Amino acid sequence: MKNFLQGMHTVMRRELTAYFATPVAWVFIVIFTMLAAAFTFYLGGFYQRGLADLDPFFRFHPWLYLFLVPALAMRLWAEERKSGTIELLLTLPITMSQAIVGKFLAAWLFLGLALALTVPIWFTVNYLGDPDNGVILAAYIGSWLMAGAFLSIGSCMSAVTRNQVVAFILAVVVCFGFLLSGLPLVLDSFRAIGLPQGFVDGIANISLTVHFDAISRGVLDLRDLIYFALVIGFWLTSNLIILQLRKAD
Amino acid sequence: MIEAQSLTRHFGDLVAVDGITFTVDTGQVLGFLGPNGAGKSTTMKILTGFLPPTSGTAIINGYDISNDSLAVRREIGYLPEGAPLYGEMDVIRFLQFVARARGFSGAEAERKAAAAADRLNLKHVLKQRIETLSKGYKRRVGLAQAILHDPKVLILDEPTDGLDPNQKHEVRELIRNMSEHRTIVVSTHILEEVDALCNRAMIIADGKLVADDTPAGLIERSRYHNAVTLSVTDLQAAASVLSKLPEAAKVEVRDGEITVFPQPDTHLLLAVNRVIAEHGWQVHTLRLEAGRLDEVFRNITREAEPQEAAA
Repeated sequence: MKNFLQGMHTVMRRELTAYFATPVAWVFIVIFTMLAAAFTFYLGGFYQRGLADLDPFFRFHPWLYLFLVPALAMRLWAEERKSGTIELLLTLPITMSQAIVGKFLAAWLFLGLALALTVPIWFTVNYLGDPDNGVILAAYIGSWLMAGAFLSIGSCMSAVTRNQVVAFILAVVVCFGFLLSGLPLVLDSFRAIGLPQGFVDGIANISLTVHFDAISRGVLDLRDLIYFALVIGFWLTSNLIILQLRKAD
Repeated sequence: MIEAQSLTRHFGDLVAVDGITFTVDTGQVLGFLGPNGAGKSTTMKILTGFLPPTSGTAIINGYDISNDSLAVRREIGYLPEGAPLYGEMDVIRFLQFVARARGFSGAEAERKAAAAADRLNLKHVLKQRIETLSKGYKRRVGLAQAILHDPKVLILDEPTDGLDPNQKHEVRELIRNMSEHRTIVVSTHILEEVDALCNRAMIIADGKLVADDTPAGLIERSRYHNAVTLSVTDLQAAASVLSKLPEAAKVEVRDGEITVFPQPDTHLLLAVNRVIAEHGWQVHTLRLEAGRLDEVFRNITREAEPQEAAA
């Protein structure tokens, strides 16, 4: 276990250094915080609502992540394969799972940092009114978990191809599917064609939005946490299998 | 020490490596030769644990690549083809990353990285981003990461490919200096390199092992081995005289030179000298051929082809 953590930590540290050695980190953070603010104030009507909460802020996170997380994830494996560094990395005494988890955690921590940099909006709402800070904290955690789920999908898609653009598009499509499956638009049409309620609930249940909404209402239910853990675990395991099959192609 | 036992690797229908068996002992520098696509790189990728073999296995310093991959990877230093590196990192951080990945931590990792950089004369570029370095420096960084943990087995895939003659010379010196107490496998398609660097040469073609010899042994297989080449004023006359020598098997005139091929176990050069003195020819050049490695290489690898087609 200690060895696993050490190898994983080495990979994670290298990845994090790489983010900040290239424009990736700075561009991502600037765009993410700017878009988050723009959505909150313009689309979300933060001031007009006259309510002291951050719902207009969190409501747009799934859509923000839909494009930004695949953009961050697309390089994870596609770049290694294209440049050949995957051969360097995987002939070091590091296992493939260590490499996958290390890379995933680096990107996830980085997303956490970007999310943490939106904290001024939390201060703002506290200055303007008296929000329920427990709900806001829960929503932050939910948002980060959802980002992790998107990221695991993106990481897996990045292992499918050595072309980063293809990896990006695949990830957006799969993430979009996971988002849509919880929307009334989709669920109602399943109901309309007469599918049993159990099936419709199942579709709703694999949706990221349903679980994110649950958490952002301020309830950290164990079932929602398990859901995110399962999603991340599933996609990272798929990532491992795909990489084993395709690393040399 | 490397013991490969019927290593085989398929890619779909393509057989990239076809039942290769060989042993390399400590202290040997093995030159791995073959045309492009012959299976050199694939064999190296299998030995270093990047690719699993389809069948067969290899034992490296007592560890089996199939079920002890991590232990094998600890024993080996590997320079992959084209020396891929993380371009956005600076040299010293990259080497420290490799040191940590190899299990060194804290101050020891830093010490190992600095020592490797020192051995490859990277002191002046430690803080430079790898992608801004010249090709020669990049290759040195690749070699530095390969030798960082003082491995007993070094596997270098085309270490001098794409370098200028000075850089090639430098890299060969480095490899030669490291060869004591180590097992080194170097793949190349530069034939002089084998002669300059290796004490053993293996040629593979179409995934099969077709020759395993010393470089000198390979050169002796050349029909040019111990042939005499000379140029004189009257080529045709000289050629007809030389072809009558009992020591001469064959005479060829090409590019203003005559090459006389010897009968086995004869002293052709002495005989040619005698004839020159007898006829009082004006000789512009005269040389005893050692043999031509490129010709041996062509013959051996071409022989392998029809067999493959028939199979």
